[in-house]
Amino acid sequence: MTHWRPPLPLVGAWLGLLALLALTVTLAYVPLGAGNAVVALSIGTVKAGLVAVIFMELRHRSGLTLVFAGAGLFWLGIFLWLGLMDFMTRT
Amino acid sequence: MSEKSYLTTDYTLKSWFLTTDHKRIAILYFASLIFFFFIGGAAATVIRIELATPQGDIVSSDIYNRLFTMHGIIMVWFFLIPSIPNTLGNFIVPLMIGARDLAFPRLNLMSWYIFMLGGCTTLFAILAGGVDTGWTFYTPFSTLYSNSYVIVAAAGVFIAGFSSILTGLNFIVTIHRLRAPGLTWYRLPLFLWSLYATSVILVLATPVLAITLLLIAVERFFGVGIFDPRIGGDPLLFQHLFWFYSHPAVYIMILPGMGVINELISCFSRKQVFGYKFVAWCSLAIAAVGFLVWGHHMFVSGQSLIASLVFSFMSFIVAVPSAIKVFNWTATLHKGLLRFDAPMLYALGFIGLFTIGGLTGLFLACLAFDVHATDTYFVVAHFHYIMVGGMVTAYFGGLHYWWPKITGRLYSEYWARAAAVLIFFGFNLTFFPQFILGAEGMPRRYHVYPPEFQVWNVLSSGGAAILAVAYLMPLFYLGYSAFFGARAPANPWDAPGLEWQTSSPPPEHNFTTQPVVTRAPYQYDRDFHAEPQNA
Repeated sequence: MTHWRPPLPLVGAWLGLLALLALTVTLAYVPLGAGNAVVALSIGTVKAGLVAVIFMELRHRSGLTLVFAGAGLFWLGIFLWLGLMDFMTRT
Repeated sequence: MSEKSYLTTDYTLKSWFLTTDHKRIAILYFASLIFFFFIGGAAATVIRIELATPQGDIVSSDIYNRLFTMHGIIMVWFFLIPSIPNTLGNFIVPLMIGARDLAFPRLNLMSWYIFMLGGCTTLFAILAGGVDTGWTFYTPFSTLYSNSYVIVAAAGVFIAGFSSILTGLNFIVTIHRLRAPGLTWYRLPLFLWSLYATSVILVLATPVLAITLLLIAVERFFGVGIFDPRIGGDPLLFQHLFWFYSHPAVYIMILPGMGVINELISCFSRKQVFGYKFVAWCSLAIAAVGFLVWGHHMFVSGQSLIASLVFSFMSFIVAVPSAIKVFNWTATLHKGLLRFDAPMLYALGFIGLFTIGGLTGLFLACLAFDVHATDTYFVVAHFHYIMVGGMVTAYFGGLHYWWPKITGRLYSEYWARAAAVLIFFGFNLTFFPQFILGAEGMPRRYHVYPPEFQVWNVLSSGGAAILAVAYLMPLFYLGYSAFFGARAPANPWDAPGLEWQTSSPPPEHNFTTQPVVTRAPYQYDRDFHAEPQNA
């Protein structure tokens, strides 16, 4: 049996994601130099957080589930860190 | 009257193809993997026959490209990765933890169907004309230039990836949730620790491969600049993404093999595994550090020197937990009551071959040596020692060890020992000369080569012929024993694991009463009174 879910947070999160998407696209056309990447990545982080907390319902989950979700995030971090290290240090 | 075994509950095709019994699903995987092993092996046979002479006198260069690509794709994704987890793991995991089945039996069956769909898609690509990119699908060749069936083959691998993820999830949940009363983490057999670590890699790494293959399709079909620098892409990005999966994939292959070896060494030495906790945590350490070393595949790709140095350093670190395992196996053997049954011969072979493969891995982790050895036969020999010498030998060892449990029959010990020795001999004769070829500079993936390399290539091809015979032998004596072998007792090795506490073959729901665990694993009675096996 799935437990009862209030639909309002889901709709709210969906609308929030759409708003953040619109913001990303809009800011992509504003010339901020290196700031464009920083802004886009920041918005992306907020979007991922919304999905994890609301859609994946991690806020209601047990510690073990949080450990596994955290491990996924940690591994993604490793991948981005080591991958970016190559891009940033190429001559 | 004892309960019917899982093999005799029902004989219809429907009962097999719609089964949710983990044991029957393991048999389905087993049959599929034999099929893929022989397809991959057939390609290897043609390759080795071709390389017996320096001229390209059997196949054209184009066909040769397709042959080694087919060999790589089939063997890596449709044999090595699923072999131990999906056959032995599927069969043994619930039995070892005292459960009735895996946590998600229907998901388990779905994994097999997805695996077969992926396999058939890849086979279609091969039959339709093949793929010539190599098993790595490197861009820009795979996205811009290759006119072979790249997308179909990549789609097959993409689909099979889902099967891996589902199996990994199933094992993780099963090991967390379905352990028998008293079976604490430090009482788990080490095979389960290694499968747990493998499952974590499967779940975390496989999605990256799936996304990467999808991106190839997006670039090939829609011209979106992902890997092509002319339209804003970066070809090195592909290698980063690909190896982020494919290096941990090596550990997907070898970790379950190490798990099997723990069981075998312990059983046939009649001793507890030396340093149980170290070995257990080394599995997780290998899984974790294995994610940090993918860049050592890219030392000559144009990646930055700083990145190469960091990856080189971390590649040395991953050798530490692997070495701890080897030392602990050796320490377990020390003063043990050794018995050289066929599974033990495979286990000892594994230790030798894995050690050679591991040590030559350290050579390749050195930046300077790697520049010389990249894309030579040295690399081919190194990874075959790990993936074939290690993994396949462990698979055969595990298969022999649990064969009486799986089939309820005993095999011919004489032929099994002969095959184990012949595999060890044939393997070394095939691949050791390739270290020399590589050190002398023979590149891989060429079907025409200078005549001075012929001696080593002839030795290698001769060894491959012996290896082929040795790999065929179990097909006959195990096949014979499955139907005509003597009946196996419930515990032919006198081993303490839970899987041996039920009948051979086990009943449909594994245990008639829920087992309770009261002691640590590997508490061997040193008085080994099992009857010698003579089927």
